[in-house]
Amino acid sequence: MSSAAKSPRFHANPSASLDPRRNKRDFPVFERNPGLVFLDSAASAQKPAAVIDTVAEYYRTDYANVHRGVYRLSARSTDLFEQARAKVQRFLNAADEREIIFVRGATEGINLVANSWGAKNLGPGDEVLLTELEHHANIVPWQLLRERTGLKLVPAPIDATGGLDMAAFERLLGPRTKLVAVTQLANATGALVPVEAIARLAHARGVPVLVDGCQAAPRIPVDVQAMGCDFYVFSGHKMYGPTGIGVLWGRKALLDDMPPWQGGGDMILSVSFEKTIFQEPPHRFEAGTPDISGAIGLACALDYIESLGREAIAEHEAALTGYGVDRLGRMPGVRLVGAGQRRLGILSFEIEGIHPHDVATVLDQHNVAVRAGHHCAQPLLDKLDLPATTRASLGVYNDESDIDALAAAIEAAQAMFSR
Amino acid sequence: MTIDFRELYQDIILDHGRRPRNFRALAHPSHLAHGHNPLCGDRVTVYLELEGDRIKDVSFEGRGCAISTASASLMTEVLKGKTLAEADALFRGFHASVTGGETPAMPPELEDDMDRLLPLAGVKSYPARVKCATLAWWAFDAALKSGATGATVKTE
Repeated sequence: MSSAAKSPRFHANPSASLDPRRNKRDFPVFERNPGLVFLDSAASAQKPAAVIDTVAEYYRTDYANVHRGVYRLSARSTDLFEQARAKVQRFLNAADEREIIFVRGATEGINLVANSWGAKNLGPGDEVLLTELEHHANIVPWQLLRERTGLKLVPAPIDATGGLDMAAFERLLGPRTKLVAVTQLANATGALVPVEAIARLAHARGVPVLVDGCQAAPRIPVDVQAMGCDFYVFSGHKMYGPTGIGVLWGRKALLDDMPPWQGGGDMILSVSFEKTIFQEPPHRFEAGTPDISGAIGLACALDYIESLGREAIAEHEAALTGYGVDRLGRMPGVRLVGAGQRRLGILSFEIEGIHPHDVATVLDQHNVAVRAGHHCAQPLLDKLDLPATTRASLGVYNDESDIDALAAAIEAAQAMFSR
Repeated sequence: MTIDFRELYQDIILDHGRRPRNFRALAHPSHLAHGHNPLCGDRVTVYLELEGDRIKDVSFEGRGCAISTASASLMTEVLKGKTLAEADALFRGFHASVTGGETPAMPPELEDDMDRLLPLAGVKSYPARVKCATLAWWAFDAALKSGATGATVKTE
């Protein structure tokens, strides 16, 4: 009998500052790709060896389906899966473990809320208040629901600096607003959104708030109770965890009242052809065999983040963002896309006379991986009158040398296109 | 820097990317179509004036990367004055050259034009960029099919 796979022990050291060079050694991709300057963590972060090993070890030692078997292996697998849920609960400081629903990613989390809570509570003329900073994942699910219910989508505008216009937001939060759905950190520009203030304003009018935490959760400490929101979603793969796993957190009172959105095994108490009785949350919302290894890998990734220190990560991201703004801001022909008063972890920019796709191809030749395009935020880019931007985004393995490499590669692109 | 990379951004590409030829709308196009690459936001509109079976004039407008702009520019240069059959042969030859496919036999009178398009063949080493090079050609193809009403073709 083998023992349950031990999740790697990390020693939390939140007072220490981050050492990106040391962190880089935790990520095998950098050993396998010498010289890689990876500046695309906003699209997906790299994986530390601990996460890769934990997933592999789980399959080697403890794998069986969950919530079904009476045999010990299945019980062990179920324990690990439910321990992962408890880990996420502590990570978000959620009040109750049953508020943590495993989904495929933030996209699925928002679709779940739209199809379950939204379909039940939103009718013709009811307004969902968003912002112009949203990722398509927080726009399209509401548009699909609009076709079914006749709800209205109201985007709160950005101001001239690229931050959310809070005065306009407050004006748009009206008697027809039935839900506020906002990003905490704009993936296309790096603009931080004051979600705590938004939650206060919305709750004063009895309106629930969904927060898309995809870009914020890997970068700053998140406490959903202190934030005061009602739903929070994030994706595991942006948290240095596996793809295919994500989290929807919802207040228990709301979840209890929500119908299932997918039917199948694992989400029922009893089924007959006449009537099916559904499980309580969270299992009511987890139809079918879940991504067990993904959840266990995610828990390990959250351990890893905590071992580095969440405050330390936030400070590191802020300091490196500042360095990047300063470095790119001083380069002739480079224009940073505005991100309001607080930018974190993401630098979106234009280079005069060179299309972002050409920039990204030249940068790739210098081993600098960035994203070029609309970043799944077309309404925002339309508003900014940009067809596309080049985006560099940061992670715990990046340091100033990566920004310097980016700057050097930009200079090479400029030299090439001015010849 | 790799040889592939120097091939991708040859001087002629950079030149046509910066100073595209036939970059204007036609006053009375018999055919037009819009090309859109939603992935990168590139947009191109291709205008045609056909006289019988012959392309009397061809032009384009839009905004895009150096590869897509240069490709559209070179396309308009080689297509002007061609018959539709010749244009089709050039499109097939061009498409094969940028996707790494087998280049079809080209009639001798089109060989010079085909050579003019070859600088773009460098994209075959960059799968993510092939759509940049073919966007204007697909718009041309859509224009022929849709007439003056203006269809929109998307590459994804």
